[in-house]
Amino acid sequence: MTATQEASHQASKTPTTESPNGRLGGASPVKGVTPNIEVAPVQRRPRNPAPWPLDLYQSAVGKKWVMALSGVGLMGFVFAHMVGNLKMFIPDDGKEFDDYSESLRTLLYPILPNTTFLWIMRIGLICLFAIHLHSAYSLTILNRRARPQQYSQRDYIAASWAARTMRFSGILVIAYLFIHLANLTWGVQALDDHRFVDGRAFHNTVTSLSQPWLAAIYIIRNLALAVHLFHGAWSLFQSLGVNNPRLNPWRKGFAYGFTAIVCGFNISFPILILAGVVTQVPR
Amino acid sequence: MSIQLESGAPGGPIQDSWDTYRFDTALVNPNNKRRFELLVVGTGLAGAAAAASLAQLGYQVKAFTFHDSPRRAHSIAAQGGINAAKNYKNDGDSVYRLFYDTVKGGDFRARERNVYRLAQVSVNIIDQCVAQGVPFAREYGGLLDNRSFGGAQVSRTFYARGQTGQQLLLGAYSALMEQVAKGTVTLFPKAEMLDVVTKDGRACGIITRNLQTGSIESHSGHAVLLCTGGYSNVFYLSTNAMNCNVTAAWRAHRKGAAFANPCFTQIHPTCIPASDEFQSKLTLMSESLRNDGRIWVPRDPDDKRPARQVPEPERDYFLERRYPAFGNLVPRDIASRAAKREVDSGHGVGQLGNGVYLDFSEAIGRLGEAVVRERYGNLFEMYERITDESPYQTPMRIYPAPHYAMGGLWVDYSLMTTVPGLYALGEANFSDHGANRLGASALMQGLADGYFVIPYTVGSYLSTLLGQAAVPTTDPVFAEARASVTSEVDRWLSTKGTHSVDHYHRELGKIMWENCGMARNRVGLEKAITELPQLREDFRNNVRVLGQNESVNQSLEKVARVDDFFELGELMCRDALHREESCGGHFREEHQTDEGEAKRDDEHFAYVGAWEWSGHGEPQVLHQEPLEFDYVKLTQRSYK
Amino acid sequence: MNVTVRVWRQEDAGSAGRFETHQLDDISADMSFLEMLDVLNERLIEAGREPVAFDSDCREGICGTCGLMINGQAHGPAEATATCQLHMRKFSEGDTITIEPWRAAAFPIMRDLIVDRSPLDAVIEAGGFISADTGGAPDANLIPVPKTVSDAAMDAAACIGCGACVAACPNSAGQLFTSAKLAHLNLVPQGQAQRWERTIDMVETMEAFFGSCTNYGECEKACPKGISIDFIAYMNRDFVKAKMKNRKLIGQKFP
Repeated sequence: MTATQEASHQASKTPTTESPNGRLGGASPVKGVTPNIEVAPVQRRPRNPAPWPLDLYQSAVGKKWVMALSGVGLMGFVFAHMVGNLKMFIPDDGKEFDDYSESLRTLLYPILPNTTFLWIMRIGLICLFAIHLHSAYSLTILNRRARPQQYSQRDYIAASWAARTMRFSGILVIAYLFIHLANLTWGVQALDDHRFVDGRAFHNTVTSLSQPWLAAIYIIRNLALAVHLFHGAWSLFQSLGVNNPRLNPWRKGFAYGFTAIVCGFNISFPILILAGVVTQVPR
Repeated sequence: MSIQLESGAPGGPIQDSWDTYRFDTALVNPNNKRRFELLVVGTGLAGAAAAASLAQLGYQVKAFTFHDSPRRAHSIAAQGGINAAKNYKNDGDSVYRLFYDTVKGGDFRARERNVYRLAQVSVNIIDQCVAQGVPFAREYGGLLDNRSFGGAQVSRTFYARGQTGQQLLLGAYSALMEQVAKGTVTLFPKAEMLDVVTKDGRACGIITRNLQTGSIESHSGHAVLLCTGGYSNVFYLSTNAMNCNVTAAWRAHRKGAAFANPCFTQIHPTCIPASDEFQSKLTLMSESLRNDGRIWVPRDPDDKRPARQVPEPERDYFLERRYPAFGNLVPRDIASRAAKREVDSGHGVGQLGNGVYLDFSEAIGRLGEAVVRERYGNLFEMYERITDESPYQTPMRIYPAPHYAMGGLWVDYSLMTTVPGLYALGEANFSDHGANRLGASALMQGLADGYFVIPYTVGSYLSTLLGQAAVPTTDPVFAEARASVTSEVDRWLSTKGTHSVDHYHRELGKIMWENCGMARNRVGLEKAITELPQLREDFRNNVRVLGQNESVNQSLEKVARVDDFFELGELMCRDALHREESCGGHFREEHQTDEGEAKRDDEHFAYVGAWEWSGHGEPQVLHQEPLEFDYVKLTQRSYK
Repeated sequence: MNVTVRVWRQEDAGSAGRFETHQLDDISADMSFLEMLDVLNERLIEAGREPVAFDSDCREGICGTCGLMINGQAHGPAEATATCQLHMRKFSEGDTITIEPWRAAAFPIMRDLIVDRSPLDAVIEAGGFISADTGGAPDANLIPVPKTVSDAAMDAAACIGCGACVAACPNSAGQLFTSAKLAHLNLVPQGQAQRWERTIDMVETMEAFFGSCTNYGECEKACPKGISIDFIAYMNRDFVKAKMKNRKLIGQKFP
């Protein structure tokens, strides 16, 4: 092909327009319309906004806010759970421990029928878990859409391993939760060597955690929880917008301290049981 | 065709000129405003401000930028600040003083009435920017802080850290984006203007090329505003951004707009010298460094010792020696030429011998490192990042670099070029800085033109077009212009040469810098005038532009710009050759005092030299607009 | 010095991309990273091959046009440095340097290393301004702005809009960019009147194009201006507040 031929070929290909439309003109997606730009949005908001607070929850920032709040609730739960369990250190053959666990069932009794308040708390917890999971799930979907192609090589500078594995540590924690419930609340026989006795929490705990494989799962689960809390307990401040230069240095300290206390004690339970420090008087 | 260079500024007392103009101008009825379509090319300070302000008035505006976003224009790189005659410091500043300083600083080559208007509206600019949320530096009481800048004797410079240009541009950009959201401005990013379309001698539209798709598009409007910046990149190495170019202004020039004072280019004294052949641009460091730094070279040209080991008596503080009164704070052009003289005489420092020292050791001794760090820390950091040398330990190396173009399209008092309906704003026009721009005045002029001048002046032209629709893009004049742009694109793609565009740009830059840079002489300029057409011929036949039109093709973008730079370069040399005097940024070695200072010739050259296009390869025709100085007395600048 | 560059080549948004490897000899350590790419392009053109398309303009770290993923880090290994301010002395003899474009659904690749960042403009268009039509402004010193506030606003306003925060974020979130602009305008007194509408409009537009924040902090480290993720917290708070405010009472509860 000669140069002139190519030139004429080129000329015919050159698109010319008489009065094209500009980009970017027009309304923003806020009003339910996508701006006139060539980039496709990864998320469209519904045309008619839902009533508050669902409207807030429809936004990613709102979801993070809800995730952080439910996280605070769940942190409260793991903390209280850990504190209650400390009673196993009282060398009274689990009497205090059993009384404490029994008291959870009779909480606010006789104002409410027995175990009612326990169920209210349980339902609250289930809701927290559900909301925490749902926001995590839907944000993950959004984030996947926002980054369809990964880099061939990635060198993280700030993102800790804990932060990047929140989804997995979270799933591990949830998965163990069912084992834990089956083992110590529902008393599924296969998990506890047929020794589960309803109402004898201390006995159940000690006998099940003296099995090394259950203790190992318990420890692994707490390590996952530690990893999850390590990032989550700091991250929540950002998501809730709690930001004050005077307090900021304490936010990470709080996260590390909280993680260390909750998971440190939690992990000490099976270890001390296996070591025979926490034990039942043989009957 | 004969060009009439009438400024059109109202007579009478200069203080009333602008008011008189505004009152005498016919207004456009709000209902009629929305029938007028205005094309704004360029979205820097002048362009974004103009597009936003005109849209607020109710005009239909189309804004074009060749960047991916209006926020990227090179106005963003201005560091120092913006002048305004607010007199917040109670130190004797006034509109009149700012006017006086600007005319005098411009070495008496600017139009008095334009400059006075600039000084008048400068105060409104600050109000406007603050209302937009520009985070200017504040004092502890919450009021605005000012500093003295570029040797001014009053503190009238407003600043936002070292990023004043950025903050002002972002302010104008946000105002523009607000109008885009309202639908009053249609924004065309990635659209480079390649031609102005005229019909019956009036500007009626533009041709653009979409840098992403290559599509050649026509846009019609009642008036066209060029806000396309300066042309310092004709030197290849300059402090301008890589993509700054003269193309839009040059295409307008080829369509009949006179190009005024092209040889008035400003060289900024404090830039980091080039380190090798592949240096792509030069980095400017704020002039404020000269407040505390001392400039010197070794007395002995063969002294190759590291700076710290050169003992005090063997150092030549040449600015302090030559200008005892102002010392290191002499104006930009004088400091630049002094540095050039040292380097030319072999005293240059650094590996390539292309710099002079700017030494802070005395300041560190006097003020302590902490104070110096507070004042200049970010600049020192920037310097260290580029050169890997710490200015705390060794002196900086600096050298002048092309920085700003005072010349540009000739405009009258209403900012209209010699083509009716075609306006030029900001650095693209020639107007207010004369032969030398003062520090912190570029931002002021760009915003003045965009926010406060064009919204009034454009009406006087539009009011003559009432009831007329814009020339439709189906008109043959558009088809013709489109065809010529298309054939130009095809021409470059079919050249099939051997050298890259950058190769020729570098060669062009060398010729320009050597012969039409800081100091010019007849021999050099004549040499350049013969060399440039030859190099251009070579360029047009042997440049290699690969790829195609229909996708991003950066060589294709550059090649047309460099082609225009060739023609501009030639005109600059012609202008510099004809101007047999030295003034401001234009220094002719033949015209200097015995002490080597610039010698102006007010008797013969107190005029604006505006050049009229007369076809490719033909020398342009000079027209003169005489300058009268009724208020500022003509004096020789002296900084001794 | 001699280096090997692995550079991403892609015709346009629609086509598939690939890496191309080039050996580059005799590079000066004083060159900037982009000058190294200039040299590569010069050599490619001499060899009759199409140059690598990459964006850059001011080359002094302020316009925000440039931006490359270099060895898996946005803007490369130097902290608080834009690509154009990165110098080859940060690399060692014989290094292999991988260069990729910003990757995000919001930033389609236009060619090679150039991406379309117009969603950033869309966020500004949605509300990144203080409505102050030309001419109506009161005297600049009428409203004093405490220096600390003005300084904090300037910290945020330093954003150059390069998109590195989006590129560095594993979720391609635009939070640092949006929050920087939002904080700048929401902090100054002049920005109070539109504060809550602006917050909602900008955040919701951002979310149309970008992922969500997971508080990794990668954006802060990638930011050539070192803008703090504290502004993200500030934005989150303002957004929730904006959703709850009784706007009729705003005048009484001036923050």
